[in-house]
Formats: sequence, structure tokens, C-alpha cells
Amino acid sequence: MNTRKKIRVLAAKPGLDGHDRGVKVVASALMDAGMEVVYTGLRQTPTQIVESAIQEDVDVIAMSILSGAHDYLFPKVMELLKEKGVEDMLVLGGGIIPDEDIPGLKNSGIAEIFGPGTTTEQIIDYIRDNV
Amino acid sequence: MSEEKGREELLGAFKKWADGVEQKLSKRPERKEEFVNTSGIPVNRAYTPLDRTDDNYLPEIGLPGEYPYTRGVQPTMYRGRYWTMRQYAGFASAEESNKRYRFLLDQGQTGLSVAFDLPTQIGYDSDDEMAIGEVGKVGVAIDSLKDIETLFHKIPLDKVSTSMTINSPAAVLLAMYIAMAEKQGVQAEKLRGTIQNDILKEYSSRGTYIFPPKPSMRIITDIFSYCTKKVPMWNTISISGYHIREAGSTAVQEVAFTLANGIAYVEAALKAGLDVDTFGPRLSFFFNSHLDFLEEIAKYRAARRLWAKIMKERFSAKNPKSMMIRFHTQTAGCTLTLQQPKNNIVRVAFQAMSAVLGGTQSLHTNSMDEALCLPSEEAVQIALRTQQLIAYETGVTDTVDPLAGSYYLEALTREIFERAEEYINKIDDMGGAVPAIEQGYIQREIQDSAYKYQLDIEKEERIVVGLNRFQVEEEKPTNLLRVDPAVREAQIKRLKELKSERDNEKVNKSLSDLKQVAQGEDNLMPYILDAVKAYASLGEICNVLREVFGEYQQVSTLGR
Repeated sequence: MNTRKKIRVLAAKPGLDGHDRGVKVVASALMDAGMEVVYTGLRQTPTQIVESAIQEDVDVIAMSILSGAHDYLFPKVMELLKEKGVEDMLVLGGGIIPDEDIPGLKNSGIAEIFGPGTTTEQIIDYIRDNV
Repeated sequence: MSEEKGREELLGAFKKWADGVEQKLSKRPERKEEFVNTSGIPVNRAYTPLDRTDDNYLPEIGLPGEYPYTRGVQPTMYRGRYWTMRQYAGFASAEESNKRYRFLLDQGQTGLSVAFDLPTQIGYDSDDEMAIGEVGKVGVAIDSLKDIETLFHKIPLDKVSTSMTINSPAAVLLAMYIAMAEKQGVQAEKLRGTIQNDILKEYSSRGTYIFPPKPSMRIITDIFSYCTKKVPMWNTISISGYHIREAGSTAVQEVAFTLANGIAYVEAALKAGLDVDTFGPRLSFFFNSHLDFLEEIAKYRAARRLWAKIMKERFSAKNPKSMMIRFHTQTAGCTLTLQQPKNNIVRVAFQAMSAVLGGTQSLHTNSMDEALCLPSEEAVQIALRTQQLIAYETGVTDTVDPLAGSYYLEALTREIFERAEEYINKIDDMGGAVPAIEQGYIQREIQDSAYKYQLDIEKEERIVVGLNRFQVEEEKPTNLLRVDPAVREAQIKRLKELKSERDNEKVNKSLSDLKQVAQGEDNLMPYILDAVKAYASLGEICNVLREVFGEYQQVSTLGR
């Protein structure tokens, strides 16, 4: 039986992108699935995201970006996490991210990338299996 | 036979028919228990003259080009002139985007629509720390008048109208456009185009705000007032439902929240002492064209009727032009699928057709590859050809508002009108669109609709072809159009050069003048224009305004 505490997730919008439909839908679904979700709101710098994640003591960071700035912002978050000695957080990315970019992002430490057409159930299952 | 008797006879026949159908349903059931459109409006099995209200024909529907403009804002519509075919474009540098504009104009496009990158939209120069990773990505990077000069090189501004998707820094970009046109020898009074300049939907749906509502509304009314005198053919705002819909709203919510924002702008302008019939005719609108073909057509018709009523009855406008919603339409980006992207060509064609049947004044058709990246030249060409096919081949443009009188369409138009009006009443009760946004009401309504839409797809109550049905195994797309990260370096270099070449004393003087005016009440536009002409950068100008006005803090709307 699962007696663990609730999974805590930081839903984050790095960069200047204002498209928050996806992140809000995912956040709502994770809450409905019984997780605790903290949403950062728009325009977060990598530093702010890492600070919030540590402060909120989350198990998962779920970042969404649709502006194409993922190739800079996602690895930057991973770099800052490492600097802070955080190694046990599951970091996920979503949004409009070309397949060609995924290997590089995974190399930087992002566990999984979820693109357009992903169901909320797939994300919930992935988090449950990997936290 | 009297009309009354005819109606009774029809009523009898309809009842008999409906009973007969009901009886057969146990053997041959319909696909669904209940048919409901995206706005939650029930859709009946069939509509007849019984759903009609011809007695209200003139006040509710009327004739083309006449109040309440349900059938269109012009009496001849596309028999006179087709809509403006205007593809939203811009990426990387000003040179690169200039090339794309000239390609589009060569292909028969009739107006330009400029996409700016996010740093430009949020008032940061390309060398700002906040801009790292974003320069040139979703649009063209503009740091100063110099970039705007490059962007419109060899484009005849007296012939082409230009729409600019810019909101918080709209005054700055408009000033750059005016200054650049002046250099080309085109007077401001000849300029035709649009700035989006719609801050309220930025707070609720799109996210590129800078300043809090109060100073933002002042900038907007300053623009209204300045343009009325100096740039009279310019559309000073494009009050946008597009992004509200993309953020997940229903069609009814799109109409309601857009017009509620419109009401807030009119009230702000009246409060600033402007006359409704001077700025009213320059208000323009921007709608989404989504999947439900007939619901969308009804939506445009309902929006026209509702805005006409608001301007006439609430604001006592006298000039018919103040009562007309003139609008741009873009097909719904959020309906494009990454899966089987060629299907998007067909989706876009249907959506474009509904915009035309709904009487749009200009149209952007999305490219098939936009679920994934910026559109390739080939994909843009097909998207533009889609509009040209509708205009030149289908025949739907030969009569005005051809679906008027459809029992279903008229019933739906009325239903959307009434439901949107109910929402507006509710927003009025909250004190208007600004308090409704500050309380997070509009954001919550939109996000709840978005969540429901997603769950409907996951439960397969909504079928998306190629996504949750009719899937195939596909190769991963390659060779996507990408923006070279070197764009940022090049922008920074240019900005550095600019700062060393320009008269910095003049720049500083113009910026300190601007600061003073911002602290007072005079119109900001002439001072922004002076700063722009001195080659002050966008970031420098916006930073002065940030200092005086402060920055907007988003309200949290998640969690229940």
C-alpha cells in the first residue's frame, strides 16, 4: 500500500512566453490526481524556478515553454539545480519542442519531454512511476 | 392562408414528425444522447421556421451595411472588394523578416502583419538578461528605429497597410513606424494599419503585459487621442478575442470577454474626455476561427449585432462607423495537430471559410506546420492560396452573408448574442472588465473551459482526427525552420554600434522629458516620438516608463 506523502509538483513557466493554457491544464489534472501543485506564474527566470523548487521542497519540476527558448532555459535550470546540489528532483519539460532537440535536453538532465497531443493521464502516470 | 394558420399547421406537422422520430430512436439511436456545441448550447435535431423570429428581422438582423450590422458592415461586402489577406509573419532579424514580407507581397498578399519577438513585446532590448534565449524566436527583434527602417526597406507604406501585434509598447512601435514613414516621405495622415494595443487580454490570456492596468489604460487613451488628430486612418486598437479563445474559452466567452474589454476601453477614453464618435470608428477587433463551422459563423454575426447595440444604446454613438465591428480573423492555432500535419491544411480551409461566411475584413490562415515550428515558405504559400481559392473559386463571395436565413444559423446567432450579453451583464456587476480580471474571474472562466476541452478529448467525447482517432505511425519531421542563436549576437552588436553613433545627449534629454510627462498627465505620444527619433532604444524608453508606472503582478487563479 502506498503510504507515502502526496507528490509535490512545481509547475513553472520559464522565460517570457505567455502561453499558459497547457501548464494550467496539466496543473489542474495533477491536482485532480491528488498531487500538490505550486504554480509559479509567468516569466520566471531559471534562478527563480530553482529557488521556488527548493523552497517548496517539491518532488517534480514541470516546465512548459512554447516560444522556442527551451534550448537555453531548460539546461540552465538543470545547471543551477546541480550547483545547488539538488539531484533528486524529477524535471519534466513540455510545450512546442522539436524532436531533434530532445536528446540534448535529456543529456542536460531533463527526464522527459511531453509534446502536443500528450494526455494528462500520460503525465500523471509518468510522474507516479518515476517519483 | 394566413401566417398564423400556416404556423399552426407547421407546429402540428413538426410535433408529429418529432414523435415519429422519437419512436424510432430505440431501434436506431443517434450518435449521442445530447448534441451540444463548444459553448454549451444544445443543438436541435432540425430547425424549421418555428425557430424563426421574422417579426424581429429588421431590429435583430437587418440589411447588410445597416444597423445592427448582423449581416456585415458593408452593403456589398466581397462583391465590392475581397477581405485583406494578411499573413502574420516575422522572425529572426529585420533583414530576414523584410525578405519574407516581400515574398508574401509578391505572392499576392495585400497587407502586412508583423510578429515581434517576446523581448520586443515586453519592452526589453536584445541585450537584456531577460531576453536570453528569446531573441528573434517568435517574431522579429526590434531594438530601435534603425531596425524598423530595415524591416520596411523597399515596402511602399502609402500602398500597404501594416498590422503590428504589439501591446504594452504599442506607442513606441507606432512612433517608430511614423518616424520611419516620414523618412520614406510618407505623411502620418496617409498611413494605414493597426496596432493591437489591447492590454486587457494580455492580463487575462496572452501574457505580454508590462505596466499595471491604470497607466496602461492611460497609454491607450493617449494613443487614441493622438491618432485621431495625427494618424486618422490608423486603427488604434485591435480588441482581441483571438487569444482569449486560444487560451481555451468557448465561442460565447470569446465574444463576451472581448466586448467587455471593448467597453472598458470606450469608458476609459470617455473619461479622458474624448468623444465617442471620434475614436469609435477607429476601434477594430480580432477574432478566432475555430472548428465548429456554423457556430463560428454565428459568432461573428452575434458579435457585430452586440457591439452595435452597445455603442448605440450604452454609449449613445451617433456615427454608424462607431457601431460597426470591423475585424481581423485568424484560424485557430490551438486546433492544429502535430500528428499528420497535412490534415491541418484542410482544418484551416474550413476555418477560413467560416471567417469569410462570417464577413471578416481581413484574414490570416495558419500554416500546416505551426503546431511544431515557424512556418516554412512552402507552408505559408499553401495557407495564402487557401484564401485565394475561397475568394476566386468557391463562389461564396458573390452574395452578401449567404447563410442568413438558415433556421439554424439565425437561432444560433441569437443564442450566442443572448449568452454573451448575459456574461457582459455579470462583468458589469463586478465593475467592468478591469476588476473582473483583477479578481481572476475571466482567467478562471477561460481555464475551466480549457480544462474541460482537454478532458473531452481524453475521454474521446471530442474526436480530433489523427490524434485520438485514425492515428498512424509517422516519421518524425526534420528540417524545421529555426532561428539561428547568432541573431542575438548580431542584434547586440548593432545596438552597441547604435549607442556609440547616436547623439547620446539628445537621447538622454528626450528620455528625461518623457519621464516628466509620464509623471504628469500630458499625452505621452509626442515625447515617445521624440525619443524614438533620437534613436533611443525600445528598452530605454520602456525602462523609463517602468520606473514611473511600475510593473503588473499577475493574479494567481489556480487551485480551487
